[in-house]
Formats: sequence, C-alpha cells, structure tokens
Amino acid sequence: MNVFEKIIERIRPAFSKGGPFAFLHSTFDAFETFLLVPGTVTRKGSHIRDCNDLKRVMIVVVIALVPCLLFGMYNTGLQHYTAMGAGSQLPGFFSIFWYGFLKVLPLVIVSYIVGLGIEFTVAQIRGHEVNEGYLVTGMLIPLIVPVTIPLWMLALAVAFSVLIGKEIFGGTGMNIWNPALLARAFLFFSYPGYMTGDKVWIDGFTGATPLASWSEGAVITDTHSWTDMFLGFIPGSVGETSVVCILLGAAILLYTGVASWKIMLSCVAGAALTGLLGDIPVHYHLVAGGFAFGCVFMATDPVTSPQTETGKWIYGFLTGALTITIRLYNPGYPEGMMLAILLMNTFSPLIDHTVVSVNVKRRMKRIKAHG
Amino acid sequence: MNMCASYKLRKGLNIPLQGEAVMMTAPPVSSPLYELKPSDFKNLTPKLLVKEGDTVQAGTPVYSHKDHPQMLFTSPVSGTVHQIVRGEKRKVTGIRILPDGRNAGVRFTAGAPEDLPSERVRELLLQSGCWPLIIRRPYGIPAYPAETPRAVYISCFDSAPLAPRYDYTFAEAYDSLQMGLRVMERLCPGNVHLGLSDTTSPHSVFHRLNARKHTFSGPHPSGNPGVQIHHVCPAGKEQVVWTLSPMGLSVIGRLFLDGIYDTSRTVAVTGSSLQTTGYVRCHAGTQIGALVGFPRKRDAAVRTISGNPLTGDNVGEDGFLGFHHQQITFIPESGSRELLGWARPLRLKKFSAARTYISYLAPLLGETARFSLNTNTNGGARAFVLTRDYQKVLPMDIFVSFLIKAILAEDIDKMEKLGIYEVIPEDLALCEFICPSKIEIQDILQKGIDLMIKEMQ
Repeated sequence: MNVFEKIIERIRPAFSKGGPFAFLHSTFDAFETFLLVPGTVTRKGSHIRDCNDLKRVMIVVVIALVPCLLFGMYNTGLQHYTAMGAGSQLPGFFSIFWYGFLKVLPLVIVSYIVGLGIEFTVAQIRGHEVNEGYLVTGMLIPLIVPVTIPLWMLALAVAFSVLIGKEIFGGTGMNIWNPALLARAFLFFSYPGYMTGDKVWIDGFTGATPLASWSEGAVITDTHSWTDMFLGFIPGSVGETSVVCILLGAAILLYTGVASWKIMLSCVAGAALTGLLGDIPVHYHLVAGGFAFGCVFMATDPVTSPQTETGKWIYGFLTGALTITIRLYNPGYPEGMMLAILLMNTFSPLIDHTVVSVNVKRRMKRIKAHG
Repeated sequence: MNMCASYKLRKGLNIPLQGEAVMMTAPPVSSPLYELKPSDFKNLTPKLLVKEGDTVQAGTPVYSHKDHPQMLFTSPVSGTVHQIVRGEKRKVTGIRILPDGRNAGVRFTAGAPEDLPSERVRELLLQSGCWPLIIRRPYGIPAYPAETPRAVYISCFDSAPLAPRYDYTFAEAYDSLQMGLRVMERLCPGNVHLGLSDTTSPHSVFHRLNARKHTFSGPHPSGNPGVQIHHVCPAGKEQVVWTLSPMGLSVIGRLFLDGIYDTSRTVAVTGSSLQTTGYVRCHAGTQIGALVGFPRKRDAAVRTISGNPLTGDNVGEDGFLGFHHQQITFIPESGSRELLGWARPLRLKKFSAARTYISYLAPLLGETARFSLNTNTNGGARAFVLTRDYQKVLPMDIFVSFLIKAILAEDIDKMEKLGIYEVIPEDLALCEFICPSKIEIQDILQKGIDLMIKEMQ
C-alpha cells in the first residue's frame, strides 16, 4: 500500500453510507479513481483486461486540444492588440499571450466548474460513478465560443448542454448530440448578437458578410490571406482559427486511434466536392471558420457519430457537404459546421440502422447459401 | 462448399502474455479427489443418479441432463462418491469422487462405427458420457441427442493466450483422433470438417487425418471453432453445427477403439505466476492442487484458472480442472493500486492493444516483450463509448455493439438478426478484454443466449 492508498482508506468511512459525508460519495469516488487505479478485480468473463480505459481516452483528447488552446490564447491577445491599432508596434510575445491567457482562462474555469458540478451532482443523485466525458466537453466549449462571451452566458450554455444534451439521456455514451456543439447552438440561437453580430469580432470568415462578398466574386481580402487562415492569425472563436494546431491535434487523435480517420477524410472530401460548386476556392473553405476544428474534434465524437465503419464514411461525407452547402446557399446561418454536425448526429442512428440492415440481409443470405 | 480452402483472418489480437507452457510433459499425477461440475455445461440442470458413498467406475453415470434424460454424465475415474456439493437453493455445484487408484472402467462394446447403425453410435456416446463433448451451435450447449447437424467441425489449433500446442499434445494420438472422425462421419456423413492453422507443421498428426480440411491464418480468435464455422459453414436458427475439440474427438475415439471412457488429456500448465510451466497428463476433474510439479512464484496472491485467461473459470486454489479444459493458468491477483495510472505516459508493465499506450507495439517485439497481466479491471465500468474497437478483434461479420445492445434490451428479434446464433462468449472474449468501458460482454452474451433458449422452447 502506498501513502495515498493509506490516506484514502483512512477517510473512506466518512464518505461511505452512514458516514457524515455520504452525500459526497460519488465525488469521493471520482477523486479516488482519479488518483489511484480502481482496485476492482475481474469477477466475470475475461480474467485480464487491457489497461486502456475511458480516463485515458479522454485525456488523450484533452492533450490533442492543448495546441489549439495555447494558440487560441495567443491569438486572442494578438487580435486584441491588432484591433487596438497597435499595428507594427505589437507588444512582445509574452504580453500578447498573457493578455489572451487572462481572457481565455476564465472561460475554461467556468466551463469546468459548472459542467463538472452538474456531473458530480447527477452522479451522486443516481448513485453512479462520475463519467469522464466532461473532461473533453469542458475543454471543447471554451474553444468554440467567442472570447468576449459573458461568463454567465457560458455557464448557462454549459448547464443546458450537460443537462439537456447529456444527462437526461443517461450520461456519457447515451447522448444523441455532441454536448459541446449543443452548448454553442444554445448560445447561437439564444444570444445571436453575441455570437455573430456587431458586438463581437469573432467568426470573421463564417460570418455572413465575408461569405456574401466571396459569393459576389470579390477578391479575397489581403488582410486575411490563405496562409494567415491556415496558420490561424485571424479573428474567430478561441480554438478554431489555427489549422496548423488543429492538424497537430488530429495527428495525436489519429495516431492513438481515438478518432476515426474515415470521418475526417470523408468530411474533407464532402466539403471539397461541394466546394467546387461555388466560386470560392475549395482550399479556402477548408481553412475557414469552424470547419477544420469541427471535422477533427466534433464530427469524430465516438458517441454521436455512427458506430459502423460504412456509416462513418456516409456521415463524414454528408457533414462536410452540408457545411459547405449551408455556407454557399444559406448565408443566414453563418456557422455551417455546427448545424451540419448536429444534423448528422441526429441522423447517425438512421445511417447505422441502414448499414446494419444490409449486414443482416447479407448474413441471412450467406447462412442459407451454405445450407 | 469449399474443400481445403484457406482463410486469411486479419482481425484479432494475440495478447503477449508471459508464462507459455514449455514443451515438457511432467509424469502423470494422481489426484486425491475428482469433481464433476455441472457448471461446465451451459443450459444444464443436473439430475443426480448417485448418492454419497456409492461406488463408481470410470464411465458410471453420475448425473443426467434433466431435459434429455438419455444424456449421461459419467465419472472420469473409479472410486466412491465422496461428497455432493450444493450451492444456493441446494443447486448441485459439484460431485466429488474419491478415487480408489485402480481406475477400473465400465466396458462398452463398441467396434467399427461403420458397422453400427447410427442410432447405436448415438446410444454409445450418450451412455458412456462422451456425448457432452459435442457442443452445439447455436448456443454453445451440449448437442441435442436426437438432432442431425449440417456439419461437424473440429478446430485443430487453439489460438487463445498461453493455449496448449495441439501439435505437441496430440502428436501420439493419431489412432484415437482418426477413430473419432470415423464416429462423427457416421453421425454426419460427408460433412466432418477440420480447421488447421497455417502454422501447423506439415508433419503434424492433423494433416494425416482424413476429413475435409480448412486452413486458417491470423491472430486469436482464429482458432475458435465459432470463428471458423462462421467462414466455412455458418450456424443459424435451423442450421445446427456441432463442434468438438481434438480432445473430445480422441476421447470418443478411445471409446470405440478400447471400449472405455477415458477423459485423460495433456494439459498445458501456464501463467506468469509459475516458476516452471509445462504439460501434464490428467483426467477431467483433476484437483489442480495435485499438480505439484509446477511451483509458483512468491506472488502475494494468485488466481487459479481452469482454462485460458480470457474465458476460463476462476476455480480457486483447491479447484478442479473443467470437463472441456486443456489448460490451467496461474496469474497474479491485482496488487497495490497504481497512482494516476491513466495519466502515466508509458506504463510499460501493462499491456494495451490501444495506441494510447506504447505497449501496443509489444507484439512486434515477439518473445522479448511479454507481460505478466494481473486481474485488475484497469478502470471502472462505463457506458458504451468506443465501440468500433470491438470489430478490430473479431474476424466475423457481426456488429458487436449492436448485438450486445439488443441483448441488453432483450429484443429477441434483433438478437436473432444480429447474429446471436453464431457466437458464444469465447468468440467475443477479446472484445471484452479491449473494452475501455469495461463492459462484461461475455456475461451479457451468455445471458442473451440463455434468454434465446428459454424463448425458443
């Protein structure tokens, strides 16, 4: 027994049934298993188990998000000073980063405190273990909102997404829609002014105006070159601007096998092919707005995307295609990616059902054929 | 139907475990006690035919199948009935036999199966206690005495972790195996299949046997009969396939060759908790504690498994070898709890097939990278999240997560459509091993199968 085990065993009775802190049982349990691998041994079935668990999977995703988070902090500072008219006399790297850090950190803190607070409470009420799912969601939400969002609004959106998006379905693994996108959708439809209007400087490239000007055949402005959009030195939601950082995250997710390359590839393919219909060059579509971020981190959510491999190809392709369709033909909804993914989330079970039905028919045929 | 076809299976996983049996067979041991466990068979309610104190011989009926009274389960050795062990609700969990050391057996008059009516062949198998060696698909239960299968299938290699090498354990068993095949041929003419591994040596006894042969390559579970029949002659509601292990075949062969019921088999004694591993020849129901030739390491606590670490039974230190088992595994019980295990970048002593840990590369290193895995679940139970990984370790056209969810929902119609007739728990054992949500897939599947049997009656 190591020292942590001793401490935990000493305080365990207080949190067990009948103890003074029994109402915090799930919380105790969450911190215990966070600190120490659960001591549970196999009782049924396989006597040995892989050491991979959901905590590990979730932490990998969080790590994959770190480049986007750090760049988002820097870019927040950069956009601030640029907008202030600092021009050629930008302050040093650390000042820029520090400014952004102070702006973004509260979003992360609020997201985690509100979200985890609800998760812990619900787990306690249900008598369940606390699920790790929110570790990822809690990081995603601050990255897909404008940095200027009032914190109370963010808290409300988080509460909405965790309660309505996840807990009423039974928690992580049972939800139909990606909880982080649901938070964004909540904000988008409840407080459109804060998300896309004049009050903020965000979403420069999925906003109606640039898209409209693109479709009118306007030359893409010099202020936001393709390279800038690729590197991420443009205004936008915190974490979604830098395609470089997103690709870094994608590399981590693909190497570890946590996210599906089929969804990412087919999503890009769907967007590229649909992009050919419009006048805007396809490679601009791929780096603009939330497309890259959504494609890598949101569309690949293993819970809300199809579970069949064939289904993933269909889902990814349609997600990409729908995003660009919304951008091209419905300038009223500037963020195509969010709505496309949420819509395809809704259709995931249908896609799976179709693929599974084909499988059932194929298997029936095969069994009969051998008879 | 294909003959001599070869199948390349890519999906699956060979878990790199320490403690494979070295190819040395220890002298036979005499167990102080033998046990017959009705729990070795699924969907069986035993009807006792003996009481404590009765004398029995090898082949004397001890209990019968309640639903099929002609199906007898017989004593592996001669001696006296020492104890009837009962569990909850007085359910019989074991019948213990004290051997008399003479090993006298009931004589069965058999002879060449070709000269006997097939009813007589069935009768002999049922009376002698050999019948339950035949497992029926769907469901993985003892074959029904009256039915005729579409095929009989014998997988001639075991791909499970630390499994015995059949090439080695059956090297001398040509006569009994070939006789066993002739018996099965009598019951299912022209449809007896053998599944060989592509690594089976061309000089192996299995190549000399006379039956339809299929060659399989690929990682575990390629050796599972369920996986092989999925490709060769899939089982369905009306399409019954019987499966046997080579051990079962040779027990049946000896019945017809020598007229005795002889359950002896060469068992692999394996696991990372042993100082020396190896093989030993013993009967079904042997007390595992009697295998003194295999000293343990000084691990704090050891789990004794009759069978392999994926599907075997935790029988405890004083436990007995299962009826079907040809492997005993000793692995350490979970020790002290790891600090921040999930966050450790390397965790080199633990194995994961997922690329979130570097140890997924271990199988590439071969013999040099072997793990001593303990019985920790390595995480808490969660809902389904990463379901696609199951398909990576199942070389079958079956959607695991959909099937398991259909079972949880007790949706009979969907269970049928999604393939419950084709799988038994051992086929999905690897899915359970790799599951990051630690879902007890084998247990759920068994419950689903039990429900199917109940509904179909």
